Amino acid sequence: MQALTPYKDAIDIVKEAGGEAFEQCYQCGLCSGTCPWNLVTSFIVRRLIHQAQLGLVDFEDDDLWLCATCGACVARCPRGVEIIDIMRAMRNVVAEVGAAKVPDSLRITAKNIASAGNPQGEAREIRGNWAEESKVKTFTEGTELLYFSCCVPAYDPKVRRIAQATAGILNKAGVDFGILGAKESCCGESIRKAGNESIFQSLANSNIQAFTESGVSKVLVSSPHCYHTFKNEYPALGGNFEVVHTAQYLLELIRDQKLKLTKELNKKVAYQDPCYLGRHNGIYDEPREVLRSIPGLELIELPDSREESICCGGGGGRIWIETKKGERFSDLRLEQAIEAGAEILAVACPYCMLNFDDSVLTMDKGEIIEIRDISELVWGAI
Amino acid sequence: MSDAVLVIGGGIAGIQASLDLADMGKHVYLVEKSPSIGGRMAQLDKTFPTNDCSICILAPKMADCYDHSNTTILTYSEVKEITGSAGDFTVTVLKKARYVDAKKCTGCGECTEKCPAKAPDLFNMGLGTRKAAYLYFLQAVPRVALIDQEYCIRMTKGLTKDGKPRCGVCKDVCQAGAIDFDQQDEEITLNVGAIIIATGFDPYDPTSLTEYGYRRYKNVVTAMEYERLICASGPTGGHLKRLSADDRDPKTIAFIQCVGSRDLHHNKYCASVCCMHSTKEAILANEHDPEIHSYIFYIDIRASGKGFQDYVARAKKEYNVTYIRSRVAEIAQDAGENPVIWYEDTNSRQVKSMTVDLVVLATCMVPRTDAVGLAAITHTALDEYKFFQTSPLAPVDTTIPGIFACGYCQGPMDIPESVAQASAAAARAAEIVS
Ligand SMILES: Cc1cc2nc3c(=O)[nH]c(=O)nc-3n(C[C@H](O)[C@H](O)[C@H](O)COP(=O)(O)OP(=O)(O)OC[C@H]3O[C@@H](n4cnc5c(N)ncnc54)[C@H](O)[C@@H]3O)c2cc1C
Repeated sequence: MQALTPYKDAIDIVKEAGGEAFEQCYQCGLCSGTCPWNLVTSFIVRRLIHQAQLGLVDFEDDDLWLCATCGACVARCPRGVEIIDIMRAMRNVVAEVGAAKVPDSLRITAKNIASAGNPQGEAREIRGNWAEESKVKTFTEGTELLYFSCCVPAYDPKVRRIAQATAGILNKAGVDFGILGAKESCCGESIRKAGNESIFQSLANSNIQAFTESGVSKVLVSSPHCYHTFKNEYPALGGNFEVVHTAQYLLELIRDQKLKLTKELNKKVAYQDPCYLGRHNGIYDEPREVLRSIPGLELIELPDSREESICCGGGGGRIWIETKKGERFSDLRLEQAIEAGAEILAVACPYCMLNFDDSVLTMDKGEIIEIRDISELVWGAI
Repeated sequence: MSDAVLVIGGGIAGIQASLDLADMGKHVYLVEKSPSIGGRMAQLDKTFPTNDCSICILAPKMADCYDHSNTTILTYSEVKEITGSAGDFTVTVLKKARYVDAKKCTGCGECTEKCPAKAPDLFNMGLGTRKAAYLYFLQAVPRVALIDQEYCIRMTKGLTKDGKPRCGVCKDVCQAGAIDFDQQDEEITLNVGAIIIATGFDPYDPTSLTEYGYRRYKNVVTAMEYERLICASGPTGGHLKRLSADDRDPKTIAFIQCVGSRDLHHNKYCASVCCMHSTKEAILANEHDPEIHSYIFYIDIRASGKGFQDYVARAKKEYNVTYIRSRVAEIAQDAGENPVIWYEDTNSRQVKSMTVDLVVLATCMVPRTDAVGLAAITHTALDEYKFFQTSPLAPVDTTIPGIFACGYCQGPMDIPESVAQASAAAARAAEIVS
């Protein structure tokens, strides 16, 4: 008897990740039919799962890297198959066992994160630079709240406004908060989904150590990806911190009357549910309520929203992989928003912001619609 | 000790169990919650795999059961309390007021004709309306009208300024003098030796499967609604139409299998009859109009019964039915109110969309909501899905001696199986009361 695949151990890794439910997949195709990739091209999720069941995964297959881990299929799967875990395991076999080649951009990103602690490969020392103008102190023992901005707002000048608006609001509301600057590393959520388990483990350990040493008990995050991993994945590694996303925290401040939103914003605003806030963590209402608290703002719903929301395309490491024009979910979504009459598309995730900003630019829609994080909109209303 | 038997639920299973026992010379009290016996089978158009007219084969059994000298049929009634044990149970039954004297009513329909108040027609699955004074359905047994106190003008609107009731038309027109607004609920105590539970199923409400658009899209209906739509005695007189305002006759129909079944977010089990009832419904569509093409979206076709596989083969060959292996992901709607189905065709490995005129959801069948209450009253155990618990070598015995269960209330099964179980339960009960 000859082994069907030279990567027998590799297959075991995948099967283990899939667990018992994986064996129960009855190949109904609901996942493929649900996957947003099929709005733009063909991606038969079921086929990958079937190959994995049979132990016949083609690790060279580019399809392995498509999944944006948006969770739409998982939410509906009648058998409870953890499709994202299986995707992650297949990628892990490529990235860490070496079964095939990792896409170039992802390889470089992984290297950056591993060495510099952020996907951009920027120096650690400048991680806190965004905060200089905003007068943000360094978190020390006894500070109430740690604000963890996410690498994107920390280093990307175009998205820095999310962190600055958030800091502005916190200052205004008199919240005792700080940042850890150079001591912070990338949360690791996305690089884990891209298959780099060991990088994730070391990032998580380093963050947990930094948080613990500094006496952090509560963390405020701008990114649903940080939220997800801090809340649902760090505890298994010994990191137990209270985590809140800005959408939740802003609503709390507004309800407690620590913020007075007085300036009108007479615009039609649509809200994009980030996959990792909505489907992965069930937070749908808070961001909407925050938006509704802004005087003059008219909140409109997009055709596919909440549980059915279409992903921006940035999860699962896809934010670091180039997506061909014509295949970008964010383009589709932007069109939906424009068609619905939105003048602003509100987001609550730095990845969404990156992707939608890009869509506005490449589709030349800058005069019709703008992309704003909910924190920016609140900051503007104070 | 008592030699009578209580049967709870007057669907096909309860009717058959009652008939068998009555023929054996035992006295049967049949307690039925709705105003007529017949159960779900009375709501079906035809039955697989023979395409017999459902009510036509059921009605004689309903009549026999009612007319039998050994039966007492208590409709519009519920069991409230049971005490005692096998051989000697004391049962309290609440017989709700119909506001019509059953002894006088001839079922002529005059009160219904003249009644000015309308109510949703539950027998027709809420499609269309009926009057507040009504007969549950055309072939109802007993053929006795009743007044729906939730919708009756006289009972809901109070008196006029000068102290007169606001309506009373039914009473005025009833030549038999059967209308009795003062009728009261009645409590009846029975002594029985054995009990048979046969309370059947409810269709699962697919509203929570938002991706299928039920209630959002007019042309997405459930299988139970479809049975009424295609039935000659149904709300459209058997004219199969779309529910959108265009009233168009559908030419393409999609049947979606396993809606809320075999799904751990809803019901994990297979409801067992849907593959066959959708096949039947597709065949019936084509018999109504040979231009109709039906598509059945399935995970796997479960045609494991006498004549079932042949039935499926005939559907494909003779009735323009195409089977597509896929669990449908989503249903959208186009500008013409046509449902658009998104799915992966697992044979060609492509995600496709298909626009059809009508979608029929084969929803799961679940135990009646009051199964829990009835289990508490009878002290019997339910299984994890709330079906009455039985065991493999005693398939109609509940966990309490002297109490038996048959039909869909104890697990998914079709009509012939329900009938077989009913006879089994009757035989088991007879052992106790002999
Ligand atoms: C759309 C559809 C199509 C179908 N087509 C077919 C077909 O073609 N052929 C086939 O063989 N099968 C078919 N079936 C299955 C068939 O309907 C069932 O097998 C059958 O009705 C089961 O009969 P039953 O007597 O157990 O339950 P039911 O028919 O549900 O009868 C139960 C009775 O109990 C009464 N009841 C409930 N609770 C109480 C209570 N607490 N107290 C007193 N009374 C109570 C109810 O009012 C009802 O009258 C179909 C099912 C569906 C949903």
